[in-house]
Amino acid sequence: MCLAIPALVKIIEDKEAEVEIGGITRRISLWLTPEAKVGDYVLVHTGYAINILDEAEAEETLTLLREIAGLVEEEG
Amino acid sequence: MRFISEFRRSELAEGLISQIHRQSKTPARFMEFCGGHTVTIFRYGIRQVLPPTIEMVSGPGCPICVTANADLDKAIALAQVPDVIIATFGDMLKIPGSYSSLQEVKADGAEVRMVYSTMDALNLAEENPSKSVVFLGIGFETTAPTIAASILQAEEKRIKNYYVLSMHKLCPPVIRALLDSGEVRLGGLVCPGHVSTIIGSHPWEFIARDYGIPCVISGFEPLDILRCVDMLVTQVENDESKVEIAYRRGVRPEGNQQALKLMEQVFEPCPAQWRGIGEVADSGLKLREEYRHYDAELAFVIDAGQPCEPAGCICGDILRGVKTPADCPLFGNACTPQYPVGPCMVSSEGSCSAYYLYGGDFGG
Repeated sequence: MCLAIPALVKIIEDKEAEVEIGGITRRISLWLTPEAKVGDYVLVHTGYAINILDEAEAEETLTLLREIAGLVEEEG
Repeated sequence: MRFISEFRRSELAEGLISQIHRQSKTPARFMEFCGGHTVTIFRYGIRQVLPPTIEMVSGPGCPICVTANADLDKAIALAQVPDVIIATFGDMLKIPGSYSSLQEVKADGAEVRMVYSTMDALNLAEENPSKSVVFLGIGFETTAPTIAASILQAEEKRIKNYYVLSMHKLCPPVIRALLDSGEVRLGGLVCPGHVSTIIGSHPWEFIARDYGIPCVISGFEPLDILRCVDMLVTQVENDESKVEIAYRRGVRPEGNQQALKLMEQVFEPCPAQWRGIGEVADSGLKLREEYRHYDAELAFVIDAGQPCEPAGCICGDILRGVKTPADCPLFGNACTPQYPVGPCMVSSEGSCSAYYLYGGDFGG
């Protein structure tokens, strides 16, 4: 039930935003993330953005996972 | 989809699986608290790729499953009050209470509307000024701030016919209750991702500090879970217990301060009843004095009768992690997703539903 889906913020109007989720447009509330900007990816839970996704952290995690995969191959 | 497909890549999963197998020497039982994690673990066959040293058990992290029948019965009774419209997330409709379900009373004429968001419930209230709209406030810390926001929006828009039946639950207190019961011994905890998006990592620290249990906050994609298990194994092998965040793109140590502020403004902690666990102090949320006029329990006379449990159902034991669905005599026979007896089979995030849909040999 705590499902939250990444969505791209396209338009902001007051405390609401139009976001794109996998090609579908939805209207969501920004009451919990007033700092969100157009172009941010937010996590949407029951129609509310609950957080702004940290793109740099996501990339860092993926780099680490690639390193782990590479490291294992070298040792194997 | 961005931030999803990258975290499902099989070649990166293979690297993590190899690393887990290489590192893990000490037998350890890890609990995934959250029902969303249970679904990912089953859907992607993660139990099957872990070494025999690691046992995964599911915890009580499905808000609908842990809602006590006494609370469900209140919601069902409210649906039968004249001129009341119940607005609820869809997962609640089929959950059986002691004597009926929202779906059954809806079939008998009660006004029960499925909504995606509290914003839809507020719209319902505005469109139906002669009726009272009661939103069923179910959920953990992830959802409670959205319901707090709806009350503040009702205040702002002067909507007088919107109410909340608050059945919210808080996660850290129930984990403490589980650990204090001594029934389940854990070598690590997969902490819930989106609960932590709101509350941050600090509220889990007592588990690592006081109980010596490694804690890692995980996201919901298969690579997130594998990375989380990998980090737990590292802590186990190094004899450490600390709180770490594997889901760094979605969780900051301090959480979402704005969401916490709104939740704190509208709600205060109260005791709550958990199915299978009983009453846990400070594990629920009630409306603060200044927002009590939105409290459905005070606004309506609710006659729900005495709650009772279905015979033979062991959902309570499963939620505590002391039994698995395969231990239940009803599982797969008298209790299936089509004809569910207990809530863990109804909710898409319930352990029984996950075992039934993905479990295969049910052994994991």
